[in-house]
Amino acid sequence: MVRNQTFGTKAAEALLIAALALISFSSLFPIIHNLAISFSSPAKAMAGFVTVFPKEFNLESYKKLFEDSVFFQSFWISVKRVGITCFISFFISLLMAYPLSRSRREFKLRDVYMWLLIFSMMFNGGLIPFYLIIRQMGLMNSFWVLVLPMLVNVFNVILIVNYFRSIPKELDESAAMDGAGPWYKAFRIYMPLSMPVLATTTLFLIVTVWNEFMLGMMFINHEDSIPLQTYMQQIVVRIDPTLIKSIEDVKRLASVSDKTLGAAKIFASMLPIMLVYPFLQRFFISGIMLGSVKE
Amino acid sequence: MRSKWSEQIHFNLMLLPGMILVLLFTIWPMGGIVLAFKHFIPTKGIWGSPWTGWENYSYLFDTPVALRVFKNTVVIALMKIGFGFLIPIVFALMLNELRIQWFKRTVQTIVYLPHFLSWVLLAGILRDFFAVDGIVNQMLGMFGINEIMFLGENFWFRSIIVGSDIWKEFGFGTIIYLAALTGINPSLYEAADIDGATRMQKLRYVTLPGIATTIVLVGTLSLQNVLNAGFDQIFNLYNTLVYDSSDIIDTYVYRAGIEEGHYEVGTAIGLLKSGVSFILIIISYGLASRFANYRIF
Repeated sequence: MVRNQTFGTKAAEALLIAALALISFSSLFPIIHNLAISFSSPAKAMAGFVTVFPKEFNLESYKKLFEDSVFFQSFWISVKRVGITCFISFFISLLMAYPLSRSRREFKLRDVYMWLLIFSMMFNGGLIPFYLIIRQMGLMNSFWVLVLPMLVNVFNVILIVNYFRSIPKELDESAAMDGAGPWYKAFRIYMPLSMPVLATTTLFLIVTVWNEFMLGMMFINHEDSIPLQTYMQQIVVRIDPTLIKSIEDVKRLASVSDKTLGAAKIFASMLPIMLVYPFLQRFFISGIMLGSVKE
Repeated sequence: MRSKWSEQIHFNLMLLPGMILVLLFTIWPMGGIVLAFKHFIPTKGIWGSPWTGWENYSYLFDTPVALRVFKNTVVIALMKIGFGFLIPIVFALMLNELRIQWFKRTVQTIVYLPHFLSWVLLAGILRDFFAVDGIVNQMLGMFGINEIMFLGENFWFRSIIVGSDIWKEFGFGTIIYLAALTGINPSLYEAADIDGATRMQKLRYVTLPGIATTIVLVGTLSLQNVLNAGFDQIFNLYNTLVYDSSDIIDTYVYRAGIEEGHYEVGTAIGLLKSGVSFILIIISYGLASRFANYRIF
């Protein structure tokens, strides 16, 4: 009886491990498949049956990628955009979060600001008014149209506010006793103590800004100043899958479109996310929970 | 008392840069919704264009397209909400039963990854994956099944939209449950062990009640997405052949408004969506705070 039970438990455990391994594999499979295509020879990739491992391994597509100046131009614009947005947003969010983390008695207008921000998060005017007003502002074809709308992320600000509120009030009071003003307290006391949440919000912003493609698509007409995701979007969407109705069409298009180069571009565009991913993973679990501690 | 007043001024100054940005890029565009009741004349701008009352709405509801995009939006969103709600719970419980810690961490690392990749890139991969000459059709070919145009047939396309969204997000959706699971007091399991509870009984009487609040929270908050069927995903995957099953409000607004220049119609249907979404958000927050003790701040 006892033996039976242990056998049953072990079988269940093995089944569980097998199921989870299978699910994990299917999570990665499309990405690995793409990677395998990028390292295969164009002929083999078109003929098919590249699954997990490259067929006729070669670096031809990556050689072509390095000669593609438009790709690197837009890659560089995206890097610049992420860097500038995250840097400015860090300070703006910190400066917003400090007064908002004060109590209603300390900061009279706190609730007015807070509700305005909550409202801006819950309601929006829709795409078209946004589009027309950005155009009216004269931000068309400007690099800053990629940065300015992304600087204030209300969700991130609230995350920081909630973290600030978990810092003991005594710290704030004793600093005030020593003559520290709000700016000094925000930068010298709250900022160093809040690095976990600030790292979390910054990492989330890096991912959001890197992945954003709409602003470049709507507001930038020059091909040499679009960010990477917008450039990739044009490449991806230009190939209309419905035009390919038969294998004959595929063969006809084979000479024109280059499957391996496309796959290499997709992988290269994912690379920055993969690079920050280990850091992301360390922070986002704690980060999501950070905001949930309330008095 | 003087220092108190200067402190208030400094608080306002600190908020100034952020609030200017919110006013410019969120609040001011909200004023543009008046366009829903106007006839847009580019030379006169939003504010100078003449009023037309409900004309844009009556035009909108005379065309079959409005009904189609509303129906598609709600159907796709509900399917995503339904499956996207259940699967992470089951998956988190499976992970929780796992004893080997390094394996558990590896699985987590892998399944979270797709959440962070953009739909632009994933659409690029999926278009290839489900293409007529793609790997899925090649595998089906081995079983003698003819090529299926997955991205060009309404039935298949909608299934791929829902399926790939679940594929991308289910892993990330487990995080909140795994956090709740670590919060369950281990002595409850010890007590259950002493009482001779089986693994299934522990799952039923300790684990599930332990994450019940979180389940309610996620469920109520997901209500606000009833009109969000996922613009980024559909926009990068769809084509004219599958408009019947997958043209949603957001993609229609983009096409009608930005691509074809029917700004009033785009604004009108966008406002309808924003209005209904606003009500849904309030209801969902209300339910979340009532049943799961949830507070935004």
